[in-house]
Amino acid sequence: MYPPAFNYSAPTSVEEVLATLAKEGEGARVLAGGQSLIPMMKLRLASPSYLVDINDVDGLDYITDVNGHVAIGALVRHNDIVKSELIGSTNHAMTDAAPWIADPIVRNRGTVCGSIAHCDPEGDWNSVMLAARAEVVAQSAAGERVIPIDDFIVDFFTNSLEPGEIVKEVRVPKYTGRGGGAYVKLERKIGDYATVGVATQLELGDDGKIAKAGIAMTAVNSKNTRAAAAEQVLVGETPSDELFREAGNAAAQASEPETNVRGTEEWKREVVSVYTRRGLETALAQAQAQA
Amino acid sequence: MQINLTINGAEQSAEVEPRQLLVDYIRSTGNTGTHIGCDTTSCGACTVLVDGTPMKTCTMFAVQANGKTLTTVEGLKQNGELHPIQTAFKEKHGLQCGFCTPGMMLTSAALLEQNPDPSEDDVRWAISGNICRCTGYVNIVKAVQHAGELIREN
Amino acid sequence: MTTTADQVGHLHTPPEIGGIGHSVRRHEDDRFIQGAGNYVDDIELPGMLHMAILRSPVAHAKILSIDTSEATALEGVVAVVTGELMAEHNLAWMPTLSGDTQAVLATDKVRFQGQEVAAVIATHPYIARDALGLIFVDYEELPAITSPQQAMADGAVLIRDDKEGQADNLAYEWESGDKDVTDRAFAEADKIVSLETHYPRSHPSPLETCGAVADVDPASGQVTIYMTSQAPHAHRTVFALVAGLPEQNIRIISPDIGGGFGNKVPVYPGYVIATAASLLIGKPVKWVESRTENLISTGFARDYHMKGELALNSEGRILALRTEILSDQGAFFADAQPTKFKAGLFHIVTGSYDYPAAHVVARGAYTNKAPGGVAYRCSFRVTEASYMIERLVQNAAYDIGMDPAEFRALNFIKPEQFPYHSPTGFVYDSGDYETAMRKALGIVDYEALRKEQAEARAEGRLIGIGMASFTEVVGAGNSKDYDILGLKMFDSAELRVHPTGKAILKLGVKSQGQGHETTFAQIVAEELGIPAGDIKVLEGDTDNTPYGLGTYASRSTPVAGAATAMISRTLREKARKIAAHLLEASADDLDWEPGKFFVKGSPEQSVTIQDVAFAAYTNPPPDEQPGLEGVHYYDPPNMTYPFGTYVVVVEVDAETGEWNVDRMIAVDDCGVRINPMIVDGQIMGGLTEGFAAATNQFITFDDEGNCIGSNFMDYLVPTAWETPRFELDETVTPSPHHPIGAKGVGESATVGSPAAYVNAVIDALAHLGVRNIDMPLLPDRVWSAIQNATG
Repeated sequence: MYPPAFNYSAPTSVEEVLATLAKEGEGARVLAGGQSLIPMMKLRLASPSYLVDINDVDGLDYITDVNGHVAIGALVRHNDIVKSELIGSTNHAMTDAAPWIADPIVRNRGTVCGSIAHCDPEGDWNSVMLAARAEVVAQSAAGERVIPIDDFIVDFFTNSLEPGEIVKEVRVPKYTGRGGGAYVKLERKIGDYATVGVATQLELGDDGKIAKAGIAMTAVNSKNTRAAAAEQVLVGETPSDELFREAGNAAAQASEPETNVRGTEEWKREVVSVYTRRGLETALAQAQAQA
Repeated sequence: MQINLTINGAEQSAEVEPRQLLVDYIRSTGNTGTHIGCDTTSCGACTVLVDGTPMKTCTMFAVQANGKTLTTVEGLKQNGELHPIQTAFKEKHGLQCGFCTPGMMLTSAALLEQNPDPSEDDVRWAISGNICRCTGYVNIVKAVQHAGELIREN
Repeated sequence: MTTTADQVGHLHTPPEIGGIGHSVRRHEDDRFIQGAGNYVDDIELPGMLHMAILRSPVAHAKILSIDTSEATALEGVVAVVTGELMAEHNLAWMPTLSGDTQAVLATDKVRFQGQEVAAVIATHPYIARDALGLIFVDYEELPAITSPQQAMADGAVLIRDDKEGQADNLAYEWESGDKDVTDRAFAEADKIVSLETHYPRSHPSPLETCGAVADVDPASGQVTIYMTSQAPHAHRTVFALVAGLPEQNIRIISPDIGGGFGNKVPVYPGYVIATAASLLIGKPVKWVESRTENLISTGFARDYHMKGELALNSEGRILALRTEILSDQGAFFADAQPTKFKAGLFHIVTGSYDYPAAHVVARGAYTNKAPGGVAYRCSFRVTEASYMIERLVQNAAYDIGMDPAEFRALNFIKPEQFPYHSPTGFVYDSGDYETAMRKALGIVDYEALRKEQAEARAEGRLIGIGMASFTEVVGAGNSKDYDILGLKMFDSAELRVHPTGKAILKLGVKSQGQGHETTFAQIVAEELGIPAGDIKVLEGDTDNTPYGLGTYASRSTPVAGAATAMISRTLREKARKIAAHLLEASADDLDWEPGKFFVKGSPEQSVTIQDVAFAAYTNPPPDEQPGLEGVHYYDPPNMTYPFGTYVVVVEVDAETGEWNVDRMIAVDDCGVRINPMIVDGQIMGGLTEGFAAATNQFITFDDEGNCIGSNFMDYLVPTAWETPRFELDETVTPSPHHPIGAKGVGESATVGSPAAYVNAVIDALAHLGVRNIDMPLLPDRVWSAIQNATG
């Protein structure tokens, strides 16, 4: 399979990238890892007229600890997250999710920000970002704006970037108290997209009650979706099996899965419920393990 | 577009269309050991080391290899000596039809660079982006571990 | 180095000769590990053009018009070929291997999504692909038939209206066994156990897709076709018949093949179109499928809707078997199988068990799906058969309250009953089923495991132990019963021993990874004492190898392996005469040990096979023809019947239906093992295929006939991570009729293992009353089975 023809440049600065995007207009697309875009082009499901390759831009591959959040630059690859000690010590759900993104070779190339921008409802990162209440930094020639992940994800393969904007980084808030998280994914084999994925994050107050909760779901709605009602079940409560079960049921109610070759709607709902509960159990254990 | 790169130690320059896939370019240079097995970045038959890191070259454009150093299966043998991974694949019957073998060996060689004494799980995890339809993987795992032994002995 | 004793408990040759039983490292690997294999896509010829095929986006439609003008006008496009053009050359249709017809390029209608509609020939593959987007086809859609039940229903739209006299969607009807005797046995039964299940559509999907480079020399008329062919000689004959080309001018070269598994047995439209295009244009034309094209248009496998019943007496003895098949054939009946057997060798369904009566009824229906019905790593529907009987037997054990292993042991054909005449007409050559089963159960410590299972159940954990004690029928086959399009299913070997004692062996079969270059050399080494490393094995070039039907259905060792042994023995007898001449002794006074003749009682008076080879060309006996060469065509007296027992242990997650394989034990008996290392490799590959079938690997269609499973994102082949860790063992029961006692092993594990995996999951749920979950055992199906059983 071969992609359709396009024009191409590989600028070395963000300014040049933005200028090129502005100049080339609507048919232009950013090429980062390309691990979703290039297969789509090969299958002729996408046919951009121009690709602006950002891989040669220096200084976009950072994972840094700033102002209470971890900033992840546009060229951070999935495998960088797998290996990152900073992520490992600050966000369990990300650490959990990273090794199950695509396959080990694709993870060498594919980027976190690219995956977030792609807004594939079967993609894992946006659920993790929703659970963590991350923010996306969009940049255009006009400047930067910070978009809460809930506002960034619009719909099926649709984000809220304006023409001429790129995702420059994603900011993942650090736990403010004792925190933990998990990403539980049902994939049929390595390289598969999620059939069901649930990201969970918990923070405990000094009283041992749940101070903050984040729950979001993959592949069971038209976009990665926050299970807000399930979060509300948890906040302010003392963790218990019964509470987690209740949160699982609330998450399942917030899912709108479709019956397809991967399974029935009814079963997927059940998996959401079970995975939510299991993810919360893991997150709680991690939070409680912290001093 | 003009590209300049190194494949197996040899400098190459070529005029390529932006849309030319890296795998097609590599094969056009006579390095036909790099294979194509799918359209969806799933099988890993096209895996090549790009600056030492395994990449699926069906999901990169040739223009993106500009300035890079590539190692294909043809470059594993050095100074007339087979790479330990090559010796081990034969010794442990890690291949049958041979079609996935180049990508499988390159991924494995990169693993052994990082970890010359991988466990069975380490190997299975590392090669899980490369599909083999013949072997059931058992002997591939043994081959990679045996190559590790050969590397550690040297 | 692993060395395994042969049937008499020792090796005949030392490692430096490397005859039968030695794990000789593979000769072919030297090129593969250096990336120097030569596959079809690696072939570049001067002036070569590239072909891309436009395929139907819909499953069933009338073609109203095809506009190729824009495509033709694209720079770099040399020609656009349509069915109309092919029809002018009488090439719009071709015969299938089942004696049906198949459209090469559609003229009237498209009958499945992915069917070939037009082809572009261009200077570059990217341009050919671009031009496909510039061909405009006007379709008038028709209702799509997506199941055989729908196809056979009253009033179903007629799919094959191209066929004269075809009034419905029935593709074939076939039966085997004795209905009356079987019905009587059922009438007398104390218990009847039944199972209805679907073996889903699958695809062999070798890592290399199908392709060809057709090179027609307009001056000489020579046609050379490099193609991904498991059966190059048969394909040459098909080409001669289809295209009316003189067969001596057709040369099929099947270079290195990146896996076949049955996918590369049929002749596909792409090969024919590329050849026609090269003929018309006068330049070489290359066509290599994409993965999607491979999955949506080339030979699928399985898709059998099966009903089976066992009649039992109160002691648990099987009295009879009844089965009924409805097969989904797709738009053209293109099973690659022996002509006489419309449902392949499905009538091996009586399995490893002794009972007097069986009846098999099979019907196939046309549907709006891709044609095929290839034997995906199996011998003509033996996989479906083995699955049916091993699932039924397991369920029968539950229903009469016996342990599944003991139920099998009670009903096995006993070693002293061989050769065993099955109620459907097979003559099993040899077997010792219980020994293999006990060995497998011993490895897994069956009794302890059953205890562990009971304890786990008490804690709410679901552990399952499944098994399958399969019997295959492979090595087609004797000319009385087996032919494809009239070509008898013999095979051949030509052996030339050169003056320096090195040799070349030429075969009509064709390896796709099975290691023929090594194992066939080992057969010669065994018989002639020439080191295996001194023997080159040549296959896959019809100009330079003797005729044979090819490699599939585990027939290479049973048929071509026998031919190799026989020609080696013929040459050894000639060598004996030459040796007698050299030693000035009578041929009858010579003894043979691998590699040399010596005078009886005087071992110092000897000549080596190399001495003899040199003399054959330099000093032949006066009454003998010079040279040491010959060819043997082997018509096997019977099929071979490999067998074994597989045991699988799983744990099921009751909350989600997910399941994991904890252990997978395979005890195989394929008769004498030529190269134990390669045999184990074949088995592990097959065990993976079985795992794939049981878990995730299938093709399905939506109601409009859109293929779900058209790429490796949707058609899920397992990686190293999911694949179970296999534990292998063996028993050796030689085939009594095969010259070296070998039976063939390439497919045993694909055939035998799916039932073992499925039985394991069923076993975990059997106490809930679950008796069937259709493959693949997707977690939602398992979960639903649990829900429905308990709730």
